[in-house]
Amino acid sequence: MAATTATSTETVEVEPKPQGRISGIIRYWLGNWKLSLGTGMIVVLLGFSVIGSLQTDFKKTRVGSSPFSVPPSAEYPLGTDNVGRDMYALMVHGIHPSLKIGLIAGILGTVIGTVLGLVAGYSGGLVDTVISTFADIVLTIPSLMILVVLASYLRSTTIELTAIIIAVFAWAGPTRLIRSQALSLRERPFVPLAKLSGQGDFEIAIRQILPNLLPYIMAGFVGSVSGAILASVGIQLLGLGPLLTPNLGMVLNSAFTGAALFRGMWWWWGPPAVALIVLFVGLFLISIALDEFANPRLRGEAK
Amino acid sequence: MNLQYLLKRVGLFLLTIWVASTLNFLIPRLSPGDPVGAILGAMQAQGATIANSAEIIEAFRARFGLDEPVYVQYVKYLWSLAHLDLGYSIAHFPSTVTDIISNSIPYTLGLLSVTTVLTFVIGIFAGALLVWQATPRAAKTLITIFLMLAPVPYYLLAMILVFFFSFTLGIFPNSGITSPGRIPGEGFDINYFLDIVYHSILPALSIMIAGIGGWVLGMRGMMVTVLGEDYLTLAEAKGLKNRRIFLRYALRNAMLPQFTALAITLGYVVSGSVIVELLFSFPGMGYQLFRAISSNDFPVIQGITFFLVLSIATAILGIDLIYPLLDPRITYNRK
Repeated sequence: MAATTATSTETVEVEPKPQGRISGIIRYWLGNWKLSLGTGMIVVLLGFSVIGSLQTDFKKTRVGSSPFSVPPSAEYPLGTDNVGRDMYALMVHGIHPSLKIGLIAGILGTVIGTVLGLVAGYSGGLVDTVISTFADIVLTIPSLMILVVLASYLRSTTIELTAIIIAVFAWAGPTRLIRSQALSLRERPFVPLAKLSGQGDFEIAIRQILPNLLPYIMAGFVGSVSGAILASVGIQLLGLGPLLTPNLGMVLNSAFTGAALFRGMWWWWGPPAVALIVLFVGLFLISIALDEFANPRLRGEAK
Repeated sequence: MNLQYLLKRVGLFLLTIWVASTLNFLIPRLSPGDPVGAILGAMQAQGATIANSAEIIEAFRARFGLDEPVYVQYVKYLWSLAHLDLGYSIAHFPSTVTDIISNSIPYTLGLLSVTTVLTFVIGIFAGALLVWQATPRAAKTLITIFLMLAPVPYYLLAMILVFFFSFTLGIFPNSGITSPGRIPGEGFDINYFLDIVYHSILPALSIMIAGIGGWVLGMRGMMVTVLGEDYLTLAEAKGLKNRRIFLRYALRNAMLPQFTALAITLGYVVSGSVIVELLFSFPGMGYQLFRAISSNDFPVIQGITFFLVLSIATAILGIDLIYPLLDPRITYNRK
């Protein structure tokens, strides 16, 4: 008995660091209304889509599976569109592919951006000039324009291909963000200290600089995800991109081309619009909160 | 030092144009399928019967210089771009891409310049007022609502505005640039002009409402920093009027960095307005781009994208060159 209590108190004393850190993060998360509200919005949206898509037959997203242009009713909770697709089924099966575009493009953009930004900011010199000049060029060219040209040649694209095309332009923002932070971190006293203690450049970049960049990397990631979804819906409204798999941009595109607005079919354009607004506002709140966390003095200054 | 800054900026401008035009050149040639095949496909899709297709393909290849080696094509392509010769439209054959662009550019330029300036000015003021202590609570609440609209894309706001103001209330027209069948009178017809303005209000509003929040956010951050500066305390101690401190001391200093942000967001604004034009059938370049996409008119698609990149790069160059004149704290050789 005595022995077990002793070991348990001992483990409590040994463990508090990681435990305290995790509970600290959770407490920060819950205490910051922007962070918890933003995450909550994304979780609710994703939950609605995942749970709903398990219970709803995918066949209902096919053309002609339901009567045409029916307003919401008990049988069709969100009505149907002008070619007989069940809007509820389109929504639950369409939200997560849209998020998938954002996630793939966001992860690719953030990883490439972090590596390039870290290399540019830490090594400086010619490497820095080349990388940041290219990032500047890519930032200047509106990616939507090049995406339009690309997508107009690749008419039948998939969700994954669209995400990869968008990622080609998603790295420049994170590169600039990470580069400027790596530049200032390089001048901090712990870098020469690490050098004196015999760490190599690569080790310093990975073990000293990278952990300090985490909040910026996360903020950059959230920004890339929302930018990628924005771009994908944009090219879909222009009639390009993946218009065969159900996703939010595709529903919005068919509502637009079907003149849903002027036929008073609010249940057709409304649900994808609401889902996108929830998605963008949620991601925006998270990114503001991460910005404030990374940069408490500036209190949510944009970029 | 000034010369070095100038050369660097102009160099970046030229590099940007070069990269964008090279992408425009490479994408069609790297993608599966032949541009000529795409042209014939487009003609067939429009119901043309193609009897002697082999000859037509040869003729097209020669006309577009596709029978020459790639590097010759590339040099010729850059040479004609430098002369703003963007080729012919496929869907509207005799007219050139430059014609289509120059017919639609006044609408886009008018819409974008007015909305960008208004959004910038309103956003800057609103952002500064949000942090300023003397601002009435009601104004702060209103500004916070705009702040929450910052992440909502232009096209969704456009749809919501059309639904309320056009479909439900019927106050504003939902598409086009003039009332149907309206023809301008002799000389400058003020009513015709006002009709255009009336049709532009909803597209302009959707761009502005979506844009203001972003400026509020950036300005808020800068104002917080400026409000902590010593010169503001001094200005207060001198007994200056609140209004004067706000305008001349706080706002003036906090707004300067926003000009660089203007350069960064310009591409985003243009991309967004392209889709807003499409939603409102507003006959600017975005709408032409959509029409070109639906009719597989590749020269027009590439011409418009090239032109938009060119205008954005020019605007950014302009802002970059003017900015150091506005803010003496920034020396030309820094950054």
